[in-house]
This record gives sequence, structure tokens and C-alpha cells, in this order.
Amino acid sequence: MTLLTTVFAAIICTVIWYRNAPESQMHTGILCWMYWGASLMWLVDAVFEYIDVHEEYFTPSPADMLNDLYLGLSVVALGLIIWLVILLIKDPKGVIKASLFQKKDKSGNHR
Amino acid sequence: MACFVVPAAEAVITTVAAKVLEKKESASESVQVSFNGVTTTEAVKIPFSRKLKWLNNLLWGGSALLAFEHVWHGEVTPWFPFLTATSNPVDAVEMLHEMATAGISMTALVTVVWLAMLGVAKIMEKNAIASAKTLPPAK
Repeated sequence: MTLLTTVFAAIICTVIWYRNAPESQMHTGILCWMYWGASLMWLVDAVFEYIDVHEEYFTPSPADMLNDLYLGLSVVALGLIIWLVILLIKDPKGVIKASLFQKKDKSGNHR
Repeated sequence: MACFVVPAAEAVITTVAAKVLEKKESASESVQVSFNGVTTTEAVKIPFSRKLKWLNNLLWGGSALLAFEHVWHGEVTPWFPFLTATSNPVDAVEMLHEMATAGISMTALVTVVWLAMLGVAKIMEKNAIASAKTLPPAK
């Protein structure tokens, strides 16, 4: 379930990235790399688990599924937080930088 | 238990390699390419260091999210010895076994996927240059 959640997140982010490409002002590429990297790694984890438990891998208990879904969603949220921090630090639109300054009008007053 | 450590270790190596390559690389010569098969554009190929960053991003991103999963399962703690499996020899052996199997397989798969991406990118670059040769030059 964690693998599935991350793969869906990776696909959605890749579609969003492609729609906006070659513009990359929102740095959605970061999310694509992160989720695809994690998906590949969890795929290997899934293969090893399958080798261990065989068919049982495809019939998890509802409690395990729920726990894995909860973990998957938390991973997606963490990825989004990392992306948001990078976006705000890079500040490609200059919004944060602009909010740190007050513009002066022609008469010298602050706005 | 600590499988994410192996891809993270490769990520450190490839990050350093990308930085060194970036400094050594000279500017690429410009070529005529066609992105749509109708018009040509003058462009330069992206350097290898930039392609190496694709691998860095995959490895760092994946390792970071996997590390979180290990924190979730209580296998990684923010205090010494950080990896709970190292606190007793039996768990430590199991952890090393997991790193040698799952960890190395993860790293290998990510690297193979990146190599496949390089292959596809090479073909696409060749096609874009070949396609431009059949078209009149850009005005």
C-alpha cells in the first residue's frame, strides 16, 4: 500500500511537471525525483517481501493495509513539505524577498 | 532495518562526483536540433554532470523517504546509536544482511533505471539532431 501510494504520487507529479514543462518555476521536478526514487526502492522491498511470504503478500490484513496507507500518506506529506521548504528557500517568484521589503513611493513614503 | 543507508552512501559519492565534473566540464558546442520535426533551433546538449544530478535526486529523495519509514517503524532514532538494530549483535547481523541484500538491490535498481534514462536521452538527442539535418536552417 505504501508502494502504491508513492507510485500514484509520482505519476501525478510527473503529469503536473510535464504539463508545465519546460517552465519549472514551481520546481515540481523535485517531487518527481523524490517519489520515483522512493517507489523504486519500495519496489525492491516488495520483491523481497514477496520472496519471504509468497501469495500472502497480496492478501494483507485490513489492519496492515490501513497502517501501510497511513504510512504512505505520511510519506507523501513529508515529500510535499520538503518540496515546499525548497520552493520557499529558492523563492523563484521573489514573493518572500518582496515581503521582506517595503516599497517606497515617489514621495518617499513606505507602502 | 537500515537498507536506505546503501543508496544514501551512493548518493554522497555521486553528489561529490557531480560537483567535481561540473567544475571540470567545458562549455558544450551548439548544434542545430528540431524538437517538433517542423522547425530547427540552435541548442547545446546538457552536460553529463547535469545527468548525474538525476541519479543524485533519485537516490537522495528515495533515501530520505525510506529513512522516514524506518523512523516510523522505530528502527531509526534521533539519539545514539541511531540505528536500534546496532544495540544487540543478533539484530546487527540481520541489519547487515538486509543492507547487503535489499540495500544493494535498491541501489542497483535505481542506478539501472538511471542508465536506461541515459540511453533513452542519448537516442532522443540523436533523433533531434538527425531530424534537424533534414530541415532548412533556422532564420
